[in-house]
Amino acid sequence: MATRPASDLTVSDLHKAFGDTVVLDGASLTVGRGEVVALLGGSGSGKSTLLRILAGLDADAGGTVDVPPDFGVVFQEHRLLPWKRVADNVALGLHGADARTRALAALTEVGLGDRGDAWPAELSGGQAQRVAVARALVREPSLLLLDEPFGALDALTRLRMQQLLERLRARHGFAALLVTHDVDEALLLADRALVLESGRIAEEITVPLPRPRHQDDPGFSGLRRHLLDRLGVPAV
Amino acid sequence: MTTTVTPAVLKPPTVPRRRTRKRWTRLVSPLVLLVVWEAAARTGVLPPEKVPAPSLVAETGWRLAADGQLTTHLLDSLTRALIGLGIGGSLAVVLAAAAALLRIGDDTIDPPVQMARMLPHLGLVPLLIIWVGIGEELKISLVALGSFFPLYFNTYAGIRDIDQRLVEAARTCGLNQWQLLRHVVLPGALPSLFLGLRLAIGAGWLSLVVGEQVNAQTGIGFLMMEAREFAQTDVVVLGLVIYALLGLISDVLIRFLEKRTLTWRRGLQAT
Repeated sequence: MATRPASDLTVSDLHKAFGDTVVLDGASLTVGRGEVVALLGGSGSGKSTLLRILAGLDADAGGTVDVPPDFGVVFQEHRLLPWKRVADNVALGLHGADARTRALAALTEVGLGDRGDAWPAELSGGQAQRVAVARALVREPSLLLLDEPFGALDALTRLRMQQLLERLRARHGFAALLVTHDVDEALLLADRALVLESGRIAEEITVPLPRPRHQDDPGFSGLRRHLLDRLGVPAV
Repeated sequence: MTTTVTPAVLKPPTVPRRRTRKRWTRLVSPLVLLVVWEAAARTGVLPPEKVPAPSLVAETGWRLAADGQLTTHLLDSLTRALIGLGIGGSLAVVLAAAAALLRIGDDTIDPPVQMARMLPHLGLVPLLIIWVGIGEELKISLVALGSFFPLYFNTYAGIRDIDQRLVEAARTCGLNQWQLLRHVVLPGALPSLFLGLRLAIGAGWLSLVVGEQVNAQTGIGFLMMEAREFAQTDVVVLGLVIYALLGLISDVLIRFLEKRTLTWRRGLQAT
Protein backbone atom coordinates (compact mmCIF):
# COMPACT_ATOMS: atom_id res chain seq x y z
CA MET A 1 0.00 0.00 0.00
CA ALA A 2 3.07 2.27 -0.11
CA THR A 3 2.50 3.34 -3.68
CA ARG A 4 -1.14 4.10 -4.04
CA PRO A 5 -2.27 4.60 -7.64
CA ALA A 6 -3.34 8.07 -8.67
CA SER A 7 -6.87 6.89 -9.15
CA ASP A 8 -8.90 4.79 -6.76
CA LEU A 9 -11.15 3.33 -9.37
CA THR A 10 -10.65 2.65 -13.04
CA VAL A 11 -13.26 1.17 -15.29
CA SER A 12 -12.77 0.81 -18.99
CA ASP A 13 -14.90 -0.46 -21.81
CA LEU A 14 -17.59 -2.01 -19.67
CA HIS A 15 -20.17 -4.14 -21.48
CA LYS A 16 -23.27 -5.72 -20.06
CA ALA A 17 -26.45 -7.05 -21.63
CA PHE A 18 -29.54 -8.67 -20.19
CA GLY A 19 -30.61 -10.98 -22.99
CA ASP A 20 -30.95 -8.79 -26.08
CA THR A 21 -31.06 -5.55 -24.11
CA VAL A 22 -27.66 -3.88 -24.05
CA VAL A 23 -27.36 -1.93 -20.81
CA LEU A 24 -23.70 -0.97 -20.81
CA ASP A 25 -21.90 -0.46 -24.10
CA GLY A 26 -18.33 0.56 -23.54
CA ALA A 27 -18.64 2.72 -20.43
CA SER A 28 -15.34 3.99 -19.03
CA LEU A 29 -14.67 6.14 -16.01
CA THR A 30 -12.15 6.88 -13.30
CA VAL A 31 -12.49 8.16 -9.78
CA GLY A 32 -9.39 9.82 -8.35
CA ARG A 33 -8.16 9.48 -4.77
CA GLY A 34 -10.52 11.31 -2.46
CA GLU A 35 -12.65 12.46 -5.37
CA VAL A 36 -16.45 12.37 -5.34
CA VAL A 37 -17.92 11.55 -8.73
CA ALA A 38 -21.65 11.60 -9.39
CA LEU A 39 -23.03 9.25 -11.98
CA LEU A 40 -26.27 10.62 -13.39
CA GLY A 41 -28.64 8.94 -15.73
CA GLY A 42 -32.30 8.45 -16.42
CA SER A 43 -34.24 5.53 -15.06
CA GLY A 44 -33.03 2.32 -16.71
CA SER A 45 -29.85 3.92 -18.02
CA GLY A 46 -27.75 1.22 -16.38
CA LYS A 47 -26.16 3.34 -13.65
CA SER A 48 -27.13 0.93 -10.88
CA THR A 49 -25.96 -2.01 -12.97
CA LEU A 50 -22.60 -0.30 -13.38
CA LEU A 51 -22.28 0.14 -9.62
CA ARG A 52 -23.27 -3.49 -9.00
CA ILE A 53 -20.49 -4.61 -11.34
CA LEU A 54 -17.98 -2.43 -9.45
CA ALA A 55 -19.16 -3.91 -6.13
CA GLY A 56 -18.52 -7.41 -7.50
CA LEU A 57 -22.18 -8.35 -7.39
CA ASP A 58 -22.50 -8.96 -11.13
CA ALA A 59 -19.96 -11.45 -12.33
CA ASP A 60 -20.64 -11.77 -16.05
CA ALA A 61 -19.83 -8.35 -17.45
CA GLY A 62 -17.23 -7.54 -20.11
CA GLY A 63 -14.47 -5.00 -19.66
CA THR A 64 -11.76 -4.22 -17.15
CA VAL A 65 -12.53 -3.10 -13.64
CA ASP A 66 -9.93 -1.98 -11.14
CA VAL A 67 -11.50 -1.39 -7.73
CA PRO A 68 -9.51 -1.00 -4.52
CA PRO A 69 -10.03 -3.94 -2.15
CA ASP A 70 -11.23 -1.70 0.67
CA PHE A 71 -14.50 -0.31 -0.59
CA GLY A 72 -17.83 0.13 1.14
CA VAL A 73 -21.29 0.05 -0.41
CA VAL A 74 -24.48 1.85 0.57
CA PHE A 75 -27.62 0.76 -1.27
CA GLN A 76 -30.90 2.57 -1.78
CA GLU A 77 -32.49 0.33 0.87
CA HIS A 78 -30.62 0.00 4.16
CA ARG A 79 -30.28 -3.80 3.82
CA LEU A 80 -29.59 -4.34 7.51
CA LEU A 81 -29.93 -7.90 8.80
CA PRO A 82 -33.17 -7.87 10.83
CA TRP A 83 -31.86 -10.57 13.20
CA LYS A 84 -28.82 -8.60 14.33
CA ARG A 85 -28.84 -5.62 16.62
CA VAL A 86 -27.70 -2.34 15.08
CA ALA A 87 -24.14 -2.52 16.47
CA ASP A 88 -23.76 -6.13 15.30
CA ASN A 89 -24.94 -5.11 11.84
CA VAL A 90 -22.24 -2.45 11.69
CA ALA A 91 -19.64 -4.89 13.03
CA LEU A 92 -20.55 -7.48 10.38
CA GLY A 93 -17.38 -8.86 8.85
CA LEU A 94 -15.08 -7.05 11.28
CA HIS A 95 -12.40 -9.06 13.06
CA GLY A 96 -10.64 -8.61 16.34
CA ALA A 97 -11.56 -7.78 19.90
CA ASP A 98 -12.18 -4.11 19.14
CA ALA A 99 -14.87 -4.84 16.52
CA ARG A 100 -17.68 -3.65 18.76
CA THR A 101 -15.79 -0.53 19.84
CA ARG A 102 -15.18 0.37 16.22
CA ALA A 103 -18.82 -0.27 15.35
CA LEU A 104 -20.01 1.98 18.16
CA ALA A 105 -17.54 4.68 17.10
CA ALA A 106 -18.90 4.54 13.55
CA LEU A 107 -22.46 4.73 14.90
CA THR A 108 -21.52 7.77 16.98
CA GLU A 109 -20.20 9.42 13.86
CA VAL A 110 -23.59 9.14 12.18
CA GLY A 111 -25.30 10.34 15.37
CA LEU A 112 -26.62 6.97 16.52
CA GLY A 113 -24.14 6.06 19.23
CA ASP A 114 -26.95 5.32 21.67
CA ARG A 115 -28.92 3.00 19.37
CA GLY A 116 -26.40 0.16 19.16
CA ASP A 117 -28.67 -2.25 21.02
CA ALA A 118 -31.81 -1.51 18.99
CA TRP A 119 -33.19 -3.91 16.40
CA PRO A 120 -33.19 -2.56 12.81
CA ALA A 121 -36.99 -2.83 12.76
CA GLU A 122 -37.17 -0.27 15.55
CA LEU A 123 -35.42 2.45 13.51
CA SER A 124 -36.92 5.05 11.21
CA GLY A 125 -35.99 5.01 7.52
CA GLY A 126 -33.45 7.79 7.95
CA GLN A 127 -31.88 6.17 11.02
CA ALA A 128 -31.60 2.80 9.27
CA GLN A 129 -29.90 4.46 6.31
CA ARG A 130 -27.45 6.16 8.67
CA VAL A 131 -26.64 2.75 10.14
CA ALA A 132 -26.02 1.52 6.59
CA VAL A 133 -23.59 4.43 6.09
CA ALA A 134 -21.88 3.54 9.39
CA ARG A 135 -21.59 -0.09 8.24
CA ALA A 136 -19.85 1.06 5.06
CA LEU A 137 -17.60 3.52 6.95
CA VAL A 138 -16.48 1.26 9.77
CA ARG A 139 -13.94 -0.47 7.52
CA GLU A 140 -12.41 2.95 6.78
CA PRO A 141 -12.70 2.44 3.03
CA SER A 142 -10.75 4.42 0.49
CA LEU A 143 -13.78 4.27 -1.81
CA LEU A 144 -17.51 4.39 -1.17
CA LEU A 145 -19.95 3.08 -3.76
CA LEU A 146 -23.31 4.76 -3.22
CA ASP A 147 -26.35 3.52 -5.12
CA GLU A 148 -28.98 6.25 -4.76
CA PRO A 149 -28.34 6.11 -1.03
CA PHE A 150 -30.88 8.79 -0.13
CA GLY A 151 -33.44 8.12 -2.85
CA ALA A 152 -35.95 6.43 -0.56
CA LEU A 153 -35.87 9.13 2.13
CA ASP A 154 -38.14 12.12 2.58
CA ALA A 155 -36.88 15.51 1.37
CA LEU A 156 -35.81 16.85 4.78
CA THR A 157 -34.02 13.67 5.83
CA ARG A 158 -32.32 13.58 2.45
CA LEU A 159 -30.89 17.08 2.95
CA ARG A 160 -29.56 16.11 6.37
CA MET A 161 -28.01 12.93 4.98
CA GLN A 162 -26.33 14.90 2.19
CA GLN A 163 -24.81 17.22 4.79
CA LEU A 164 -23.74 14.22 6.87
CA LEU A 165 -22.01 12.65 3.88
CA GLU A 166 -20.25 15.92 3.13
CA ARG A 167 -18.98 16.13 6.73
CA LEU A 168 -17.84 12.51 6.76
CA ARG A 169 -15.99 12.94 3.50
CA ALA A 170 -14.22 16.04 4.76
CA ARG A 171 -13.12 14.08 7.83
CA HIS A 172 -12.16 10.76 6.24
CA GLY A 173 -11.19 11.81 2.73
CA PHE A 174 -12.65 8.76 1.02
CA ALA A 175 -13.38 8.77 -2.68
CA ALA A 176 -16.95 8.11 -3.71
CA LEU A 177 -18.95 7.11 -6.74
CA LEU A 178 -22.45 8.42 -6.17
CA VAL A 179 -25.12 6.98 -8.42
CA THR A 180 -28.11 9.30 -8.42
CA HIS A 181 -30.92 10.68 -10.52
CA ASP A 182 -30.99 13.87 -8.47
CA VAL A 183 -29.11 16.66 -10.26
CA ASP A 184 -29.11 18.88 -7.15
CA GLU A 185 -27.60 16.11 -5.07
CA ALA A 186 -24.88 15.59 -7.67
CA LEU A 187 -24.03 19.29 -7.77
CA LEU A 188 -24.02 19.60 -3.97
CA LEU A 189 -21.73 16.67 -3.32
CA ALA A 190 -19.63 15.85 -6.38
CA ASP A 191 -16.36 17.15 -7.74
CA ARG A 192 -17.32 15.78 -11.13
CA ALA A 193 -20.59 14.68 -12.66
CA LEU A 194 -20.94 12.06 -15.37
CA VAL A 195 -24.03 11.39 -17.45
CA LEU A 196 -24.63 7.81 -18.50
CA GLU A 197 -26.56 7.51 -21.74
CA SER A 198 -27.02 4.59 -24.13
CA GLY A 199 -24.61 2.51 -22.11
CA ARG A 200 -21.65 4.90 -22.15
CA ILE A 201 -20.54 8.11 -20.49
CA ALA A 202 -22.03 10.80 -22.71
CA GLU A 203 -21.08 13.87 -20.72
CA GLU A 204 -18.57 14.83 -18.12
CA ILE A 205 -18.50 18.12 -16.27
CA THR A 206 -16.40 19.29 -13.36
CA VAL A 207 -18.24 21.13 -10.63
CA PRO A 208 -16.03 24.12 -9.77
CA LEU A 209 -18.25 25.45 -6.96
CA PRO A 210 -16.53 26.10 -3.59
CA ARG A 211 -17.61 24.07 -0.55
CA PRO A 212 -19.82 24.06 1.40
CA ARG A 213 -22.22 24.39 -1.46
CA HIS A 214 -25.75 25.64 -1.61
CA GLN A 215 -28.44 25.66 -4.25
CA ASP A 216 -28.39 29.50 -4.22
CA ASP A 217 -24.69 29.71 -5.14
CA PRO A 218 -23.93 31.61 -8.34
CA GLY A 219 -23.20 29.14 -11.08
CA PHE A 220 -25.29 26.39 -9.49
CA SER A 221 -28.40 26.99 -11.56
CA GLY A 222 -26.43 27.20 -14.80
CA LEU A 223 -24.85 23.79 -14.19
CA ARG A 224 -28.21 22.42 -13.05
CA ARG A 225 -29.88 23.62 -16.26
CA HIS A 226 -27.12 22.13 -18.36
CA LEU A 227 -27.34 18.71 -16.70
CA LEU A 228 -31.12 18.63 -16.83
CA ASP A 229 -30.99 19.43 -20.55
CA ARG A 230 -28.51 16.60 -20.97
CA LEU A 231 -30.85 14.24 -19.09
CA GLY A 232 -33.72 15.07 -21.38
CA VAL A 233 -35.61 17.50 -19.13
CA PRO A 234 -35.55 20.77 -21.16
CA ALA A 235 -36.66 24.09 -19.68
CA VAL A 236 -40.29 24.92 -20.36
CA MET B 1 -64.77 16.98 36.53
CA THR B 2 -63.95 14.49 39.29
CA THR B 3 -66.12 11.87 37.63
CA THR B 4 -63.90 11.87 34.54
CA VAL B 5 -60.71 11.63 36.58
CA THR B 6 -61.68 8.68 38.76
CA PRO B 7 -62.10 6.03 36.02
CA ALA B 8 -58.80 7.03 34.46
CA VAL B 9 -57.05 6.41 37.79
CA LEU B 10 -58.82 3.12 38.31
CA LYS B 11 -58.11 1.81 34.84
CA PRO B 12 -54.61 0.26 35.16
CA PRO B 13 -55.43 -2.34 37.89
CA THR B 14 -58.41 -3.65 35.89
CA VAL B 15 -56.24 -4.70 32.94
CA PRO B 16 -54.32 -7.62 34.56
CA ARG B 17 -57.45 -8.80 36.32
CA ARG B 18 -59.28 -9.07 33.03
CA ARG B 19 -56.40 -11.03 31.53
CA THR B 20 -56.36 -13.67 34.30
CA ARG B 21 -60.13 -14.02 34.09
CA LYS B 22 -59.87 -14.60 30.36
CA ARG B 23 -57.27 -17.34 30.81
CA TRP B 24 -59.42 -18.99 33.44
CA THR B 25 -62.49 -18.99 31.17
CA ARG B 26 -60.62 -21.02 28.60
CA LEU B 27 -60.43 -23.88 31.08
CA VAL B 28 -64.19 -24.06 31.61
CA SER B 29 -65.29 -26.04 28.56
CA PRO B 30 -62.62 -28.79 28.85
CA LEU B 31 -63.47 -29.20 32.54
CA VAL B 32 -67.19 -29.38 31.78
CA LEU B 33 -66.49 -32.01 29.12
CA LEU B 34 -64.48 -34.06 31.64
CA VAL B 35 -67.24 -33.83 34.23
CA VAL B 36 -69.90 -34.85 31.68
CA TRP B 37 -67.71 -37.77 30.57
CA GLU B 38 -67.18 -38.86 34.18
CA ALA B 39 -70.87 -38.63 34.94
CA ALA B 40 -71.85 -40.51 31.79
CA ALA B 41 -69.40 -43.31 32.62
CA ARG B 42 -70.48 -43.54 36.25
CA THR B 43 -74.19 -43.71 35.42
CA GLY B 44 -73.61 -46.34 32.75
CA VAL B 45 -74.62 -44.16 29.80
CA LEU B 46 -71.16 -44.92 28.41
CA PRO B 47 -70.50 -48.67 28.73
CA PRO B 48 -67.26 -49.09 30.79
CA GLU B 49 -65.84 -51.68 28.37
CA LYS B 50 -66.03 -49.09 25.56
CA VAL B 51 -65.06 -45.85 27.33
CA PRO B 52 -63.73 -45.87 30.92
CA ALA B 53 -64.32 -42.96 33.28
CA PRO B 54 -61.53 -40.34 33.33
CA SER B 55 -61.04 -41.02 37.04
CA LEU B 56 -60.40 -44.70 36.25
CA VAL B 57 -57.85 -43.72 33.56
CA ALA B 58 -56.08 -41.46 36.05
CA GLU B 59 -56.12 -44.24 38.64
CA THR B 60 -54.66 -46.73 36.16
CA GLY B 61 -52.00 -44.19 35.21
CA TRP B 62 -51.09 -43.76 38.86
CA ARG B 63 -50.93 -47.51 39.43
CA LEU B 64 -48.72 -48.15 36.36
CA ALA B 65 -46.48 -45.23 37.25
CA ALA B 66 -46.13 -46.46 40.83
CA ASP B 67 -44.92 -49.94 39.85
CA GLY B 68 -42.45 -48.48 37.31
CA GLN B 69 -44.06 -50.05 34.22
CA LEU B 70 -45.06 -46.70 32.77
CA THR B 71 -41.57 -45.22 33.11
CA THR B 72 -39.97 -48.16 31.27
CA HIS B 73 -42.41 -47.94 28.37
CA LEU B 74 -42.25 -44.16 28.27
CA LEU B 75 -38.44 -44.12 28.22
CA ASP B 76 -38.37 -46.68 25.41
CA SER B 77 -40.82 -44.66 23.37
CA LEU B 78 -38.90 -41.43 24.01
CA THR B 79 -35.60 -43.06 23.05
CA ARG B 80 -37.05 -44.27 19.75
CA ALA B 81 -38.53 -40.84 19.06
CA LEU B 82 -35.28 -39.01 19.82
CA ILE B 83 -33.03 -41.34 17.81
CA GLY B 84 -35.45 -41.30 14.87
CA LEU B 85 -35.82 -37.55 14.99
CA GLY B 86 -32.07 -37.12 15.30
CA ILE B 87 -31.36 -39.25 12.22
CA GLY B 88 -34.24 -38.00 10.08
CA GLY B 89 -33.89 -34.40 11.20
CA SER B 90 -30.15 -34.00 10.68
CA LEU B 91 -30.37 -35.75 7.32
CA ALA B 92 -33.20 -33.39 6.33
CA VAL B 93 -31.33 -30.23 7.33
CA VAL B 94 -28.09 -31.27 5.62
CA LEU B 95 -29.78 -32.38 2.39
CA ALA B 96 -32.09 -29.35 2.31
CA ALA B 97 -29.14 -27.00 2.83
CA ALA B 98 -27.22 -28.70 0.04
CA ALA B 99 -30.23 -28.56 -2.28
CA ALA B 100 -31.05 -24.95 -1.47
CA LEU B 101 -27.50 -23.58 -1.61
CA LEU B 102 -25.82 -25.54 -4.39
CA ARG B 103 -27.06 -25.87 -7.95
CA ILE B 104 -25.72 -29.40 -8.23
CA GLY B 105 -27.42 -30.23 -4.92
CA ASP B 106 -30.70 -28.85 -6.19
CA ASP B 107 -30.43 -30.92 -9.39
CA THR B 108 -29.48 -34.18 -7.70
CA ILE B 109 -31.21 -34.13 -4.31
CA ASP B 110 -34.49 -32.31 -4.82
CA PRO B 111 -36.10 -34.44 -7.59
CA PRO B 112 -35.89 -37.79 -5.74
CA VAL B 113 -37.05 -36.15 -2.49
CA GLN B 114 -40.01 -34.59 -4.30
CA MET B 115 -40.89 -38.01 -5.72
CA ALA B 116 -40.50 -39.79 -2.40
CA ARG B 117 -42.71 -37.20 -0.75
CA MET B 118 -45.64 -38.56 -2.73
CA LEU B 119 -45.28 -41.94 -0.98
CA PRO B 120 -47.30 -42.14 2.23
CA HIS B 121 -44.44 -43.20 4.48
CA LEU B 122 -46.67 -45.21 6.81
CA GLY B 123 -47.60 -47.31 3.78
CA LEU B 124 -43.97 -48.38 3.64
CA VAL B 125 -44.33 -50.54 6.76
CA PRO B 126 -44.53 -53.89 4.87
CA LEU B 127 -41.46 -53.01 2.80
CA LEU B 128 -39.60 -51.74 5.85
CA ILE B 129 -40.34 -54.98 7.70
CA ILE B 130 -38.71 -56.90 4.83
CA TRP B 131 -35.73 -54.52 4.82
CA VAL B 132 -34.97 -53.93 8.49
CA GLY B 133 -37.09 -56.54 10.28
CA ILE B 134 -39.56 -55.90 13.06
CA GLY B 135 -37.14 -54.77 15.77
CA GLU B 136 -36.06 -51.36 16.95
CA GLU B 137 -34.81 -50.47 13.47
CA LEU B 138 -38.35 -50.48 12.14
CA LYS B 139 -39.63 -48.00 14.72
CA ILE B 140 -36.62 -45.72 14.35
CA SER B 141 -36.78 -45.84 10.54
CA LEU B 142 -40.45 -44.91 10.63
CA VAL B 143 -39.85 -41.94 12.93
CA ALA B 144 -36.88 -40.83 10.83
CA LEU B 145 -38.94 -41.05 7.64
CA GLY B 146 -41.86 -39.21 9.19
CA SER B 147 -39.77 -36.34 10.51
CA PHE B 148 -37.56 -36.03 7.42
CA PHE B 149 -40.02 -34.52 4.97
CA PRO B 150 -41.52 -31.61 6.94
CA LEU B 151 -38.07 -30.53 8.07
CA TYR B 152 -36.57 -30.91 4.59
CA PHE B 153 -39.22 -28.82 2.86
CA ASN B 154 -39.33 -26.08 5.46
CA THR B 155 -35.54 -25.76 5.63
CA TYR B 156 -35.33 -25.66 1.83
CA ALA B 157 -38.04 -23.00 1.59
CA GLY B 158 -36.56 -21.04 4.49
CA ILE B 159 -33.17 -20.79 2.81
CA ARG B 160 -34.64 -19.98 -0.58
CA ASP B 161 -36.84 -17.24 0.87
CA ILE B 162 -33.89 -15.28 2.27
CA ASP B 163 -33.78 -11.83 0.71
CA GLN B 164 -31.04 -11.89 -1.94
CA ARG B 165 -30.37 -8.21 -1.28
CA LEU B 166 -29.33 -9.00 2.30
CA VAL B 167 -26.90 -11.62 1.02
CA GLU B 168 -25.42 -9.08 -1.40
CA ALA B 169 -25.06 -6.45 1.32
CA ALA B 170 -23.34 -8.98 3.59
CA ARG B 171 -20.98 -9.92 0.77
CA THR B 172 -19.96 -6.28 0.32
CA CYS B 173 -19.01 -6.35 4.03
CA GLY B 174 -16.37 -8.91 3.12
CA LEU B 175 -18.05 -12.04 4.47
CA ASN B 176 -16.79 -15.33 3.07
CA GLN B 177 -19.06 -18.29 2.28
CA TRP B 178 -18.82 -19.77 5.75
CA GLN B 179 -19.55 -16.44 7.45
CA LEU B 180 -22.48 -15.85 5.09
CA LEU B 181 -23.88 -19.20 6.15
CA ARG B 182 -23.48 -18.37 9.81
CA HIS B 183 -24.61 -14.73 9.88
CA VAL B 184 -27.16 -14.59 7.07
CA VAL B 185 -28.41 -17.98 5.88
CA LEU B 186 -28.83 -19.77 9.22
CA PRO B 187 -30.56 -16.95 11.13
CA GLY B 188 -32.63 -16.11 8.06
CA ALA B 189 -33.86 -19.69 7.73
CA LEU B 190 -34.33 -20.22 11.46
CA PRO B 191 -38.05 -19.31 11.65
CA SER B 192 -38.81 -21.88 8.92
CA LEU B 193 -36.51 -24.38 10.59
CA PHE B 194 -38.49 -24.11 13.80
CA LEU B 195 -41.76 -24.52 11.95
CA GLY B 196 -40.32 -27.59 10.23
CA LEU B 197 -39.12 -28.98 13.54
CA ARG B 198 -42.56 -28.66 15.10
CA LEU B 199 -44.18 -30.39 12.15
CA ALA B 200 -41.42 -33.04 12.17
CA ILE B 201 -42.00 -33.83 15.83
CA GLY B 202 -45.72 -34.20 15.17
CA ALA B 203 -45.07 -36.54 12.25
CA GLY B 204 -42.47 -38.41 14.31
CA TRP B 205 -44.96 -39.15 17.10
CA LEU B 206 -47.51 -40.31 14.57
CA SER B 207 -44.98 -42.68 13.02
CA LEU B 208 -44.02 -43.98 16.43
CA VAL B 209 -47.65 -44.80 17.27
CA VAL B 210 -47.88 -46.91 14.11
CA GLY B 211 -44.41 -48.42 14.52
CA GLU B 212 -44.96 -49.48 18.13
CA GLN B 213 -48.03 -51.44 17.15
CA VAL B 214 -45.92 -53.78 15.05
CA ASN B 215 -44.48 -56.47 17.27
CA ALA B 216 -43.06 -54.21 19.96
CA GLN B 217 -42.09 -55.59 23.36
CA THR B 218 -41.96 -52.20 25.07
CA GLY B 219 -43.23 -48.70 24.53
CA ILE B 220 -46.51 -46.87 24.92
CA GLY B 221 -47.83 -48.41 21.69
CA PHE B 222 -47.04 -51.91 22.98
CA LEU B 223 -48.78 -51.08 26.25
CA MET B 224 -51.89 -50.15 24.29
CA MET B 225 -51.82 -53.20 22.00
CA GLU B 226 -51.36 -55.53 24.94
CA ALA B 227 -54.19 -53.86 26.84
CA ARG B 228 -56.46 -54.25 23.83
CA GLU B 229 -55.98 -58.02 23.91
CA PHE B 230 -57.10 -58.10 27.52
CA ALA B 231 -59.85 -55.55 26.86
CA GLN B 232 -58.28 -53.10 29.34
CA THR B 233 -59.89 -50.02 27.84
CA ASP B 234 -58.54 -47.80 30.62
CA VAL B 235 -54.94 -48.61 29.63
CA VAL B 236 -55.70 -47.96 25.94
CA VAL B 237 -57.15 -44.54 26.74
CA LEU B 238 -54.23 -43.88 29.08
CA GLY B 239 -51.83 -44.54 26.18
CA LEU B 240 -53.72 -42.06 24.03
CA VAL B 241 -53.56 -39.45 26.77
CA ILE B 242 -49.81 -39.98 27.12
CA TYR B 243 -49.26 -39.63 23.36
CA ALA B 244 -51.27 -36.40 23.43
CA LEU B 245 -49.32 -35.06 26.43
CA LEU B 246 -45.98 -35.93 24.79
CA GLY B 247 -47.01 -34.05 21.66
CA LEU B 248 -48.16 -31.09 23.70
CA ILE B 249 -45.02 -30.94 25.82
CA SER B 250 -42.67 -31.13 22.85
CA ASP B 251 -44.61 -28.38 21.11
CA VAL B 252 -44.45 -26.10 24.15
CA LEU B 253 -40.72 -26.81 24.42
CA ILE B 254 -40.06 -25.88 20.81
CA ARG B 255 -42.15 -22.75 21.12
CA PHE B 256 -40.16 -21.75 24.18
CA LEU B 257 -36.90 -22.28 22.27
CA GLU B 258 -38.31 -20.33 19.36
CA LYS B 259 -39.17 -17.39 21.58
CA ARG B 260 -35.70 -17.39 23.10
CA THR B 261 -33.90 -17.57 19.74
CA LEU B 262 -36.06 -15.30 17.64
CA THR B 263 -36.07 -12.26 19.91
CA TRP B 264 -35.58 -10.01 16.91
CA ARG B 265 -39.04 -10.94 15.75
CA ARG B 266 -40.49 -9.84 19.07
CA GLY B 267 -38.72 -6.54 18.51
CA LEU B 268 -40.50 -6.44 15.18
CA GLN B 269 -43.87 -6.98 16.81
CA ALA B 270 -43.17 -4.48 19.56
CA THR B 271 -42.92 -1.54 17.19
